[in-house]
Amino acid sequence: MKFTRLVAVCAAFAVSPVFAQVNVQDAWARGTVAGQKATGAFMKLEAAKASRLVSASSPVAGVVEIHEMAMENNVMKMRAIPGLALPAGKTVELKPGGYHVMLMDLKQPLKAGESIALTLVFEAEDKSKSNVELKVPVRALAAPAKAEHGKH
Amino acid sequence: MPAPRSGVPGVATPAAGPNEFPLVASPRAPSVRRRALAALALAAALPACRPAGPSFRSTDVTGAEFGRDFALLDPDGRTRRLADFRGKFVMMFFGYVQCPDVCPTALSRAVAVREKLGADGARLQVIFMTVDPERDTPTILRAYAAAFSPDFLGLYGDLPTTQATAKAFRVFYQKVPNGASYTVDHTATTYVYDDAGRLRLAVPHAMSADDLAADLRTLMGAGG
Repeated sequence: MKFTRLVAVCAAFAVSPVFAQVNVQDAWARGTVAGQKATGAFMKLEAAKASRLVSASSPVAGVVEIHEMAMENNVMKMRAIPGLALPAGKTVELKPGGYHVMLMDLKQPLKAGESIALTLVFEAEDKSKSNVELKVPVRALAAPAKAEHGKH
Repeated sequence: MPAPRSGVPGVATPAAGPNEFPLVASPRAPSVRRRALAALALAAALPACRPAGPSFRSTDVTGAEFGRDFALLDPDGRTRRLADFRGKFVMMFFGYVQCPDVCPTALSRAVAVREKLGADGARLQVIFMTVDPERDTPTILRAYAAAFSPDFLGLYGDLPTTQATAKAFRVFYQKVPNGASYTVDHTATTYVYDDAGRLRLAVPHAMSADDLAADLRTLMGAGG
């Protein structure tokens, strides 16, 4: 696996115009049972400058995509999207019922209480790319969709 | 010609635009046309008008002719039918294990609903029927349902049975290729049966656990 640069979210001293600074909060991944090959990761993203989440990767998943879920006449439809726009200074939430990072071809079950490594790749308007490395806690498979029922 | 049924969320209903009604074909009689439309609107409203019955936040589908029964397998390979659950209120949801969003949200709502019902929660049986039996093996299905609650039941059928059951329950599902894998679009409606095995409610995905628990209290309090 390619060694990824660590672009610290809190690197206030290392501000460089080529880096799309994105603040990631409340990230979590939904746990799985043995044999389950896919799950979702959710979080809040806020970019200092307009940018896009264009890809993601994780050592626990063979394939990671950015997905959008939509309900049409109470039918759930889920599709991979090429990127997620992050307007400057606006929080974009990846949450059940909307966007998620889809982890597929899982190499192991995700157990509640553990955490997984997740790399997010952002693209700034000038097409420069930057990575954010995350440790994402795994919540129980049965965790409610709404954060207010979480552990906080 | 079959009469159009009431609008159940997520359930394919034949589109019935005004121009499709044969009664309003005469362009020379606009008042007749208006009256005919009014009569049709009234007729359409009547089945939903139950002044004597309880009112629900979900869609009341009491008397519906679909979703009457199933014959599916549990993870132990035993055939289960709706009639096996008489005496329990049944909440039935259709989905698949690889679903990252809607399915765990609906099932965790079911967990919350049962908690909110307190002692009456024991009168509720939650059933999860997979629309992806190719990937959702009995072992995975058992572990998945149990991750929400030990007594939630995952059911499956072979492909023809899955198709026939979904059709009989007016549940749409469709495999959508996604790279080397696939996702499954599917109806996210939860059905609620009373303790006599009658289909009573079609619950939209967006309904809160509080509202759904309120509906179940109403249903349980109404004596089924």
